[in-house]
Amino acid sequence: MSETTSLLASGHRACAGCGAAIAVRQVLEAAGPNTICVNATGCLEVTTTPYPQTAWRVPWIHVAFENAAAVASGIEAAYKALRAKGAIPKDKKPNVIAFAGDGGTFDIGLQALSGMLERGHNVLYVCYDNEAYMNTGIQRSSSTPFGAATTTSPAGKVIPGEMRKKKPIALIAAAHDIPYVATASIAFPADLKRKVKKALEVEGPSFLHILAPCPTGWRFGTEKTVEIARLAVETGVFVLYEITNENPLRPIVTKKIKDRKPVEEYLKLQGRFRHLFKPVKRQDIIDKIQEEVDRKCKLFGVDED
Amino acid sequence: MMRIVKGNEAAAIAAKLAKPDVVAAYPITPSTDFPEKIAEYVANGELPHTQFIPVESEHSAMSACIGASAAGARACTATSSQGLELMHEMLFIASGMRLPIVLYNANRALSAPINIWCDHQDSISARDTGWIQFYGENNQEALDLMLMSFRIAEDPRVLLPAMTCIDAFICTHTFEPVDIPSQEEVDAFLPPYKPTHVKLDPDEPMTLGPFGVPEYYQEMRYAQHLAMKNAEKVIDEVFEDFERRFGRKYSKVSPYMVEDAEIVLITLGSVSGTTKEFIDKMRKEGKKIGMVKLTVLRPFPFRELIPLIKNARVVATLERNISLGYGGAIYADLAGTLINEEKRPLLIDFILGLGGRDITFNDLEEIVKVCEKLIRGERMERPVWIGVKKELVT
Repeated sequence: MSETTSLLASGHRACAGCGAAIAVRQVLEAAGPNTICVNATGCLEVTTTPYPQTAWRVPWIHVAFENAAAVASGIEAAYKALRAKGAIPKDKKPNVIAFAGDGGTFDIGLQALSGMLERGHNVLYVCYDNEAYMNTGIQRSSSTPFGAATTTSPAGKVIPGEMRKKKPIALIAAAHDIPYVATASIAFPADLKRKVKKALEVEGPSFLHILAPCPTGWRFGTEKTVEIARLAVETGVFVLYEITNENPLRPIVTKKIKDRKPVEEYLKLQGRFRHLFKPVKRQDIIDKIQEEVDRKCKLFGVDED
Repeated sequence: MMRIVKGNEAAAIAAKLAKPDVVAAYPITPSTDFPEKIAEYVANGELPHTQFIPVESEHSAMSACIGASAAGARACTATSSQGLELMHEMLFIASGMRLPIVLYNANRALSAPINIWCDHQDSISARDTGWIQFYGENNQEALDLMLMSFRIAEDPRVLLPAMTCIDAFICTHTFEPVDIPSQEEVDAFLPPYKPTHVKLDPDEPMTLGPFGVPEYYQEMRYAQHLAMKNAEKVIDEVFEDFERRFGRKYSKVSPYMVEDAEIVLITLGSVSGTTKEFIDKMRKEGKKIGMVKLTVLRPFPFRELIPLIKNARVVATLERNISLGYGGAIYADLAGTLINEEKRPLLIDFILGLGGRDITFNDLEEIVKVCEKLIRGERMERPVWIGVKKELVT
């Protein structure tokens, strides 16, 4: 599945089973070496570049947490200007890919992201979504799903974990009426890579939202990352779709699900939902999660007859 | 060519003459003319290759400049006050990544209360960010310092960002005659930016902005410090070359009648003009007063300043800023400069002209009176506030 020489080299410090590292490797396999990466502050940046080492075999820059999209804007503009004045060859057009986690995308980086998308920079923005601030120790973000326990949405005696639902970030990106938006999963690498290639082919901004399970933050065994990513899709918790210029603002499901599995199968494997099962089963909350997933699947047209 | 232009336009003309690759800027009073002018130059084809990025915030303005500069572009921006504060985080990063970005700052007071007029609190609060700081007295200096700042910042011995600060409205919105150099002259003075220390190029992959562990972080900061020290020399060289080519003399510190002065006033920015006139008046009355204008605040011009002020009896700083709970920022720098000198003057800081309040001869007279009291041996609490309507403060 992976080429022997990954553009994200092995030996980086990410946890065993890190979904984000898998996501980045898959994206870079599709993008190829003619790529410049911008990385928001977060696990990915910290674990891949402890000076003087680096895991990146492509040019890479980290500036801060909230501005990967703005930094990418500047790089893309610089290449345009340098081409226009003949300082570099006219055909030197590297891909510019920004990587940020859910904190850097849904929360603190949303304004810079919106600006970059609206201004139409030729940048692929990839959000590797592990549904909380993992680098600082599992705090809730606006991506944390309903019912999940984090260190700032703990499962207490009164409040059973996160009580807000996940922000629909890909739809927010799509609302900018940009050429390409897609969701992807590390459990479906062929679909993911196809989407990366499509995103890089369009002229203008594109946005890719990848669910990247985190064994440390979601509390599951490190061998289960891909299994859980797959279950997220098979239960309808994470819908794989794309929104293209041909059908603006309209999500087209790219992975229809036959006999969608109950969300309980996904939840019960993860420690962040343990309080929904023990000491007493919170069927009410599980039902609520299921209802929300059903509603969303109906909206997107996930179910295959 | 002489033209009558506002300070903002003078700065924009300087940026245009530098042929920037990327300008990313956000509107804010009173520097807004700058991005307007750049957008106009681009729209009219006068800057054919320049990419103007009308960003959604000052934070993104500096972020985009950082990305652009890291990709090998000459990048610049303009801002003021709250805008400089919003990009404060990025100021440190631009400097830490050794990116020679050029910034034009219209010196404006900080909120709260919101106020759009002149004082120096914004850039004074940025003096520890690792940026070279120039303060211009008038519109000609706005243009000249902006132009020189590109060359100084991009010098391989420096590679630090630089900001040119000009007083809000007093300069930014006042029309003055400005001698505008020709493009040919500027091209000969300012070569294209060709970085070798950073590059985002797939042909030579480089990791920029990595995680700096304790074993290396301090060395990186030390390297920045050395670059600032190098800038002291490079600034002198560039000032000299500029004078040779354009006939206008610049120096880090500009003394006025200090040789026999008992009282030396230290100024930044436009108040220097008022102060010179005031000194002329005082001299006629037989009062030995002089002035030193600081054109460069970072790197701080220790060496040049000491001989100019050490023989005075009192050195007074005119501060359009306040470090609350301490006093004037320039006072602190000067105190540190003088403390180890065997012969040193008394030092006092005056807080005045905040939030756009005019600095008048009356204010300067009051300052002189306080300095004379010090000479007579009186001691007082510092900083001394000038022109405060105490009845309004309960």
